[in-house]
Amino acid sequence: MAPDIAQAPMLGDRSARAQTLSLVLILLLGAAIVLSLAVGASGTSLWQAVLGLFTGEEVGVRERIILMDIRLPRTVMGVLVGAALAVSGAVMQGLFRNPLADPGLVGVSAGAGFGAIVAIVLGGMLPAGIAAMFGSSLVPVAAFVGAWASMLLLYRVSTRRGRTSVATMLLAGIALAALMGAVQGVLIYMADDAQLRTLTFWGMGSIAGATWGKLLVATPLILLALAGAPFLARGLNALALGEAAAAHVGIPVQRLKNAAILMVALAVGSSVAVSGGIGFVGIVVPHLLRLLVGPDHRYLLLNSALLGAALLLCADVISRVIVAPAELPIGIVTATLGGPFFLWILLRQRGVLEM
Amino acid sequence: MLEASDITVRYGPRVILDGVDFSARAGAVTAIVGPNGSGKTTLMRALTGEAAYHGRITLEGQDIAGAKVWDLAALRGVLPQATPLAFPFTVLEVVRIGLSRGVAAGQDGLIRQALARVGLSGFEGRYYQELSGGEQQRVQLARVLAQVWEPVEGGVPRWLFLDEPVSALDIGHQLQVMQIARDYADAGGGVVAVMHDLNLTAMFADQVALIGEGRILAQDVPGAVLRDDLLSRAYRCDVRVNRAPVDGTFILPHAAGMAAE
Ligand SMILES: Nc1ncnc2c1ncn2[C@@H]1O[C@H](COP(=O)(O)OP(=O)(O)O)[C@@H](O)[C@H]1O
Ligand SMILES: [Mg+2]
Repeated sequence: MAPDIAQAPMLGDRSARAQTLSLVLILLLGAAIVLSLAVGASGTSLWQAVLGLFTGEEVGVRERIILMDIRLPRTVMGVLVGAALAVSGAVMQGLFRNPLADPGLVGVSAGAGFGAIVAIVLGGMLPAGIAAMFGSSLVPVAAFVGAWASMLLLYRVSTRRGRTSVATMLLAGIALAALMGAVQGVLIYMADDAQLRTLTFWGMGSIAGATWGKLLVATPLILLALAGAPFLARGLNALALGEAAAAHVGIPVQRLKNAAILMVALAVGSSVAVSGGIGFVGIVVPHLLRLLVGPDHRYLLLNSALLGAALLLCADVISRVIVAPAELPIGIVTATLGGPFFLWILLRQRGVLEM
Repeated sequence: MLEASDITVRYGPRVILDGVDFSARAGAVTAIVGPNGSGKTTLMRALTGEAAYHGRITLEGQDIAGAKVWDLAALRGVLPQATPLAFPFTVLEVVRIGLSRGVAAGQDGLIRQALARVGLSGFEGRYYQELSGGEQQRVQLARVLAQVWEPVEGGVPRWLFLDEPVSALDIGHQLQVMQIARDYADAGGGVVAVMHDLNLTAMFADQVALIGEGRILAQDVPGAVLRDDLLSRAYRCDVRVNRAPVDGTFILPHAAGMAAE
């Protein structure tokens, strides 16, 4: 009897592998969540308490407070921000048709941070009535607008007739970040002490300040962006052939690009609003996944969300324990791990860069 | 039926096509020939709605200017002159992109058939970016074929638009690809192909449009267009059309004496 080849995955089809990887990543994320809830610099190991969450066992008041009001929001934020940054990276790379596009590297995070800083510093000068109307959503909304504007600018500058120049894209990102930096300098000069403390936190990126209040605004925005991402997948696959070919296979290219830009701005804007600039997640995660199961966005986006979340939680755990009892900002951890990785990608991509 | 009337395309101030009329019918292979830079690709890009144009183009009665991209994708596939790829997709994954939208959406079974048709069985797991130019061009043809696999769907012909489909290929694969076009037309579909090679054009085309300096110099059956005088004028060199031993036509440029302007 001939083996039933209809059941076997087709040669060159990595769908099954990508789906298996999703399962593995779900388990990994689960482990990272437990780790993030249980490990901390507060001197309290909460393994018992975390176990209690699942078994319904009595948990001490102190443990309960640390768990529910500090660790849990921090973990939720890690999951959301990690997923948002990684998916944004994957979508940007698909949109720019380039594996080096990353919200941090090309100035989109800088744009979001700029929006947030403007909101923090100038928000204090708004008439009380208007400030109250926006409430705690002022900073995320401003960050979203900043991210959106920089995405649009970046795309206009670096893409002509559907082709992205890598050099222009990276240089435009540097110019954008420098410009934002300059204006930020002025704003920091104007800021009062309390605002200064808030601002310092942007520079480094951290999820240590997570509260349910911050999450209240950011969560729906990030979830909206993540929920929209799968609808971009087929279009981004086709876009890898170029804009014209994508249109010929039936993708409404302009609508796809607008949606992708909006999705990235939403995800990056709200992430940066709550956690500052956390770099490299958006470039490392999709790159690893493409190596493992290929560039098909139908799986790449979901897997990026899972791995991005797991990776950010792990980086956060490292940031809590490595200099305990003090804490490192997570941005420093991701930069330390991501920097060398990025160099490695550059070495592998040298051919692309010489274009 | 494909009908284009009074088509003008400009790139900036340059007029590339100047009030061109062009038509093609289903069931026939229509070739577009002409010298480099004469506007063949530009005409193709107008016919597929890729380039902005003035004038009117209808495909099977639909004005392509107002048509939805997915309706057009269900009606016709387009093979560009060359297709670079941004990410390391496998051959199978590239062909699957042809099944994104349109009537063949999701019919993964077509992938293997389409690859077999272009002689690339067994290439499914190879990386597209690691193939030769000719192999890449055939993978793209398989993608386009998968998209509009049935030449006639619900009584309506489907169309293939091919821009220099054989320029990167060796003679064996040139014949194979032209035969695919021929068979598609014989089964009732429409084929419009930009051709570089006049001999292959003489062999496989039912209609030839000769383009020069942004105008159609002639559109007719091959015998009426592939003539010494027309070709010499269009290509600006001395061209002789000869008879092949059996039944065919072959066309040679003659180095001696460039055609007088
Ligand atoms: N995007 C463009 N911008 C400006 N000029 C173009 C563009 N594409 C093609 N052209 C010019 O239009 C003319 C016709 O080009 P094309 O249609 O590609 O010729 P071919 O017949 O060789 O396919 C050429 O002179 C070319 O330089
Ligand atoms: Mg051409």
